[in-house]
Parts: sequence; C-alpha cells; structure tokens
Amino acid sequence: MTTIDSGVDTLADVTSSEDRLRRFLLGLPGVDQVGAEARAATLGTRSIKTTAKAYALDLAIRMIDLTTLEGQDTPGKVRALCAKARRPDPADPSTPQVAAVCVYPDLVATAKHELRGSGINVASVATAFPSGRSSLAIKVQDTKDAVAAGADEVDMVIDRGAFLSGRYGMVFDEIVAIREAAGDAHLKVILETGELVTYDNVRRASWLAMLAGADFIKTSTGKVSPAATLPVTLVMLEAVRDYHEATGLHIGVKPAGGIRTAKDAIKYLVTVNETAGPDWLDPELFRFGASSLLNDLLMQRTKLATGHYPGPDYFTLD
Amino acid sequence: MSRFEYAPAPESRAIVDIKSSYGLFINGAFTDATDGKPFKTVSPASEEVLAEVSEAGPADVDKAVRAARRAFERVWGPMAGRDRAKYLFRIARLIQERSRELAVLESLDNGKPIRESRDVDIPLVAAHFFYYAGWADKLEYAGAGEHPQPWGVAGQVIPWNFPMLMLAWKIAPALAAGNTVVLKPAETTPLTALAFAEICQQADLPPGVVNIVTGAGRTGQALVEHWGVDKVAFTGSTEVGRSIAKAVAGSDKKVTLELGGKAANIVFEDAPIDQTIEGIVNGIFFNQGHVCCAGSRLLVQESVYDEVLARLKRRMGTLRVGDPLDKNTDIGAINSSAQLAKIRELSQIGEDEGAERWSPDCELPAEGFWFPPTVFTGVSQAHRIAREEIFGPVLSVLTFRTPAEAVEKANNTPFGLSAGIWTEKGSRILWMANQLRAGVVWANTFNRFDPASPFGGYKESGYGREGGRHGLEAYLAH
Repeated sequence: MTTIDSGVDTLADVTSSEDRLRRFLLGLPGVDQVGAEARAATLGTRSIKTTAKAYALDLAIRMIDLTTLEGQDTPGKVRALCAKARRPDPADPSTPQVAAVCVYPDLVATAKHELRGSGINVASVATAFPSGRSSLAIKVQDTKDAVAAGADEVDMVIDRGAFLSGRYGMVFDEIVAIREAAGDAHLKVILETGELVTYDNVRRASWLAMLAGADFIKTSTGKVSPAATLPVTLVMLEAVRDYHEATGLHIGVKPAGGIRTAKDAIKYLVTVNETAGPDWLDPELFRFGASSLLNDLLMQRTKLATGHYPGPDYFTLD
Repeated sequence: MSRFEYAPAPESRAIVDIKSSYGLFINGAFTDATDGKPFKTVSPASEEVLAEVSEAGPADVDKAVRAARRAFERVWGPMAGRDRAKYLFRIARLIQERSRELAVLESLDNGKPIRESRDVDIPLVAAHFFYYAGWADKLEYAGAGEHPQPWGVAGQVIPWNFPMLMLAWKIAPALAAGNTVVLKPAETTPLTALAFAEICQQADLPPGVVNIVTGAGRTGQALVEHWGVDKVAFTGSTEVGRSIAKAVAGSDKKVTLELGGKAANIVFEDAPIDQTIEGIVNGIFFNQGHVCCAGSRLLVQESVYDEVLARLKRRMGTLRVGDPLDKNTDIGAINSSAQLAKIRELSQIGEDEGAERWSPDCELPAEGFWFPPTVFTGVSQAHRIAREEIFGPVLSVLTFRTPAEAVEKANNTPFGLSAGIWTEKGSRILWMANQLRAGVVWANTFNRFDPASPFGGYKESGYGREGGRHGLEAYLAH
C-alpha cells in the first residue's frame, strides 16, 4: 500500500513499460469485499431530510446524463429526450436542467441540434459500445465520428477481455489512443464493473483509466447486470480521492445503470460527500447515467415543495 | 447551500412511554422496594432526568431470589424444553415488534447513537433470544453430557455499555437451559431492563422466572452473595469481577466473569487499507469506545505508519458527534459524568507521559457528557494509556516491525479479550490467531457479534464463555 502516495513523478514512471504498469496495478492495496460492502451499507443509512434533501434532489438532477441507448432509438425519440433535458418539469420552471444527454454516435447530430444554446452537453458512447469487441482502428474512427458530429463528451468502454487476461498495457494504450481521438471532448472510461467482478479489479481498472488520461471513470454500460452498485462506486470514489492526493488532479465518477429512485441517488451523494469529499458534489465531477431516475427525482422534489405526491401522469415520459 | 449539510434527522421520542417511576420486577409484578432509596436515571446527552428507579436492598434481593427459586422448582425447571422454547420465541418476537421503541429507549438512557441501538444492539438482542430458543429442547446435544441439568437460580449483574444486549446474553441461555434468573442492570441504564420486564409480562412468562432488581453496587453485592443463588454471571470491570470472585470463593456457586480488555488491532503493510481504516474507527469509536473488546491499542507496521495515520485522521474528520437520537450521529454521549472524568483523567495522563494527542475539529454540545474522538500517537508499551482500559473514544497508536513483534506487543497486557488482524495474507491470519492470547480474534473486521459465536476472555479479561453452545454450557450442570 505504499505506492499510492508516492507522487506524480513515480506515477509517470509506472506507465513507462507494461511490466511496471502491471507491478503498480497488482501492488495497489487490496479491497476487502465484506468491509467495502459494509461501509457502503452504513453510508446508505444516512437520513437526508428537509433542506438537505432539497439540496440533494436538485444536485442529483443537475448530475444526470439523461440516456437512451437502444437499438430502437430514432431522431424522434432523441428530440423528445432533449426537450425533457431542457425542461425536466414543465410545471415548475425552477427545476434545474440535467448535465448531458447521452446517445449513440449516429444520433449525436440530432441531439446537438436540439440542445443548441441550452448549455447541456451531448455525450456519445463510442468504441464499439457496449462490448468493445472491435479493432482499435474502428474504435478510433467511432470516436472521431462522434466528436465530428459535435459530441462534447465521449463514453468509451475498456477491453475487458484484455484486462481480464492481464494485458494491462493493451487496455492502457487503447485508452490513450481514444483520448487522443476524442480531442477536446471529455473522456469517460467505462470499466463495466459487472464483468470485472472483484473490487480489486475495479480498483486496478480505475487507476489504469486515470493513468491513461480519463476525465471520468464510469461503472457500466447499462447492458450488463449488475450495473452500478453502491460498493463499486465507493471503491471508485476512493480511487479518485487517492489519485487526487497523489497528483492534485480531480477525476470524475459516473455510476450508470440501475439507479432508479431518488432514495438511491441520495445514497450515492452521501457516499460521494463522505468518501471523495465535497469537491466532487458537482456535475463536473460526478454524474448519474440514468433515464427513469429523473422522474422519481422530480416527483420527490414536488412532494417536498407541495407536501403531496402527484401521480406519475403528471410527469412526462420522454 | 453550497455544501451538503445534513439537516437534523431525529428519531421521535413519542414512541416511548417512560413512566415517572419504576418499582422492582419480582415474581411477575412490579413491586415497591422495601429497604432501598429511589434513585434517578438521566439521559447522558442532556442530563435530563428520565425516571426514578427503586433501589433494591438485601430484603428485596432476598424476595427476588426466593421467587426465582420457587419458579425454578415448581414451573420452569420441570417444564419441557419445547415449552420453554415457546416462551423464548415469543419474547424474541415481542422484542422485534417493539424494536423501534427499545432502540429509542436505549439511546435515551445510555447515550449511544440510534444508528447503533437500531441496527446493532436491538437486532442482536432478538437474535440471541431466537438462537437460544432453538437450543431449549436440544440440550442433550449441547456437549454437556447426556442429561444436562440447569443449576437453579442465576444471579446476573450487567454493565451499562450494552444494557439490553448484555441482558440478552445473560437471560436467553439461562432460561433456555432451565434456570430462573435475578438480574441487576447497571444503575445508570436500568430502563430497557424494566421494559424487558414488561415484555416478560406480555409474553405470559410464569412469575418468578425473570426478576429484575435495580440498584448500584450494594444491590449487586447482595445478589451475588445471596445463599440461594447457584450461578453467578457478571459482565463489567476487572476490579468488580475480582471482588465477586472473592465473594463467592469457598461456596459452590458457579461463576462466569466477562471483564475488561485492552485489545490490539494489528495492521500489516499489506492490509486492505480503506477497510482497515473503517475497522480501526469501528474498533474504537463504536459505542463511544464503551466496549470491553474495543480495539483500543492500534499496532501499525512501521512501514505504513504515516499513511495509516493520515488516512485515519482524515476519516475521523467525517465522524459526526452529537444527539444520540439523530439518525446521522456516529458518536453519541459518554454514559456518565463519572466515566467522563475517568476518560479525561487517563487522557491527561497520556499527555503528561509525553504522547501526542489529536482530535478532529468537532463542536460538542453544551449540556450532557461528551468527549471527542481522540487518537494518541507516540505511545509506547510503558505508557498507562497503552496498558489501562480507558473505556472511551480514545485510541493509542503503537508501531511494530515484524509479525513476531506484533504478537509480543499484543500479548503484553494483563487482559486478553479480543484482537484484530488486518492483512491480505491468509496464512499470516491463521498464524497470528494461534499466537494471540485473546478470546476473540477478528480478521479483517472488528466488533462483529453473532449469537452463535462464543465470546470471553483470557487472563484478567475473565473466564467462561458467553454465546453459542459454549455459552449454554455455563448454565448446565454435567
């Protein structure tokens, strides 16, 4: 466990060869599964009420990457989603906008057009999402297409096959190549933690992605179960906290998939607050990849303001 | 609001109905004390008087023991195990049904955070009754011979740190084995024991099977010295344990003592660091450090000392100290002014002996008894804060170089209740566990309890085991 705090110079060193990278990742402190899950469960018992709840609900809305990633997506569907992103609750103009709309590369142009002037980003998945099983050349082109169409953020997937077979250098090089292809776009690196399975792997993959230049590390594609979980996000938050301590750089975290209720979202915010710290309570550094979560946040928001729950029909289904 | 400030989230007190005064619970009914003066129990978080409680004098204790004897001979002793089990299952279910009320009452009277009384204490209380209910009709398989028999009347004296949980540890195995009991709760925390008396009534437990006598040291002394008590069980300080052992010497009373501790929590350089920090925090700050098995001596391998300390201090900065009934409180009130004085005195001695004291910034409430989470560094084995049980939220940090040195330091204490080992190396865990002279050894966790697991000490931490099959054996003649 001595490696983490050893500073920027050494960190630049560890990526100088495959062998060093491997030794660094395998030398990271282990994660005790029982302990990590117990800690996440305890954080989940925090009771967030009244003013704190109002703050958390609005913050959670501002952190949403409103997402549609289906084979049946059409320009019409994306237009509707963008309208929802701009004005999540037509009945209450004080409702904040979401952070971004997340789509497949071919729909980036549509989303970009719909969101012009709103300040809402367009995020695009890329690199043969969700499996990542394609050649590097195709992944790079996929990324370039998305950026050329106007994507502000790129959500790439790592090569889990390479990671699980111990070819860390290959995963690293691929992230570096996509980082370059993405240009100025914000790069989110999806670890697909549901396929990495162990928390030790989650910690290693988090460091690998950060060392390779990720702006964000993201749990899941949403296409594999389990998607985001609180303990996985906890381990990733510990990684960005430690990386910040070593380098002074802030890397963001994005749990995606499976977060459907305001109650769950608040548990994540508590975990952010008490693990990485208040700096990360910002859409620049923490996002939720979600779709149905938004309506529950809106419903709880209305409940807090008016004292009663409106029916689901009072919230738009886009 | 630019920061995520948690708004107050207090659990409602309205669920608990505290009476203004309580009698003694003898032979199934609340009765007035005949020869003691009433005393007050306060909420340590506010010093508010919660209720007036009767002090049982020798005559009251005598009445209680006689009631227990009668119940043992006529009802409970002869009753079939499966029928005793029904009562115990009923009690366990009633505890679950009233768990919220009991948790609030425990936090009010003891000062512990509601998160702990709600998520740890009361669920474990119910679990103990369920567990031992299951044994009541299977005693011949408990490893205590073919026809194990109860001793008779158990006199039980419990401490204030886990009032209702210690009651469960004492009463559940005693009743399952067919004994009847007279139990004395601690004078600062009698209320959940009195609520338990009501639960016994609700469960239609035959009169005299459970008797609760409140009072202080004098009452406890009268109980353990009473000629009609067959079995004495005590949890508390080593000092009182010693006097009990003297008091019963020469009699044929059976005794189990669960006393103090000064547990080593041992951190190796390959430990899972984030969970280790949680384990250190949970080891010493759980229940304000009022835990006999608390990990009050942190032994850190010197090669990772700086990193562990930095991370520990950062984590301590997020601990929330305050109102025990607030659901977001991590550390509640110190149980009494006497205990607070003791913690302050030993901490002062730590400073005077040259150890470095550190606490995070935290605002303590003006009323009540409070002590901030505290860590002492630069501590050596020669310091009193490394040897004496502080029984508060105060951690002493020492270092070691090799596994053998860790064992040597860990065992170099008159106590031997518990120990913790943090390492990713399985073989080292097993080797260490064999070397450590402590009743409980936790590996990559700390302060975990389960009714199926025996608990108890080496050396001055006492003798006998509670919990599990071993805990049952203490209540069976064989």
